[in-house]
Amino acid sequence: MAATAEAAKFAVGDRVRVRRADPPGHLRTPWYCRGHVGTIERICGAFANPEELAYNRSGLPAQPLYRVRFRSVDLWQDYRGNGADVVEIEIFQHWLEPA
Amino acid sequence: MGGLPAGHCERDEHDYELWEKRVDALMMLLSAKDRDLLKVDELRRNIEDLGARAYDAMGYYERWMHAITQTLIQRGVLTIDEIGRKLAEIEAKSDGGDR
Repeated sequence: MAATAEAAKFAVGDRVRVRRADPPGHLRTPWYCRGHVGTIERICGAFANPEELAYNRSGLPAQPLYRVRFRSVDLWQDYRGNGADVVEIEIFQHWLEPA
Repeated sequence: MGGLPAGHCERDEHDYELWEKRVDALMMLLSAKDRDLLKVDELRRNIEDLGARAYDAMGYYERWMHAITQTLIQRGVLTIDEIGRKLAEIEAKSDGGDR
């Protein structure tokens, strides 16, 4: 799969914004993080795009997958927990833009 | 789920019914790499397509059963008529039991 993988555009520590998009189909980017800014925590590898696999297509080239760390207070304005709490979400590269 | 309020979370492991184990086995067999009659992403898409009311009314493996059936129809593995006739045949054979 690595032979047909897209190159990683982001590095650990980069600030990224999740695209605020709402296409139809099978999406693995949670609604509540779209439009929000987080930090690349790690690069998980590259995997066939599940949005395409969901329709029995190849999902290639493989998309880099990142673990993105968000501050809970950034995701939920009314968050009442510890201000240092974070949420880590695995997000494919095509959902991320530089922030 | 999806940030919506949820009820009580049952944390104990529980026994599975025979039919539930069969649905699980069916999923494993169909999605095995050498068969590739179903991708887990297709299963998820078809579960998401249930709609909120049906999703809530169905149990975990009932959702899988629905999604496996939908995928096999979409892939052209089974026809709707074949499924309908087989269901009628099984119903006729059963003496009021549920399996």
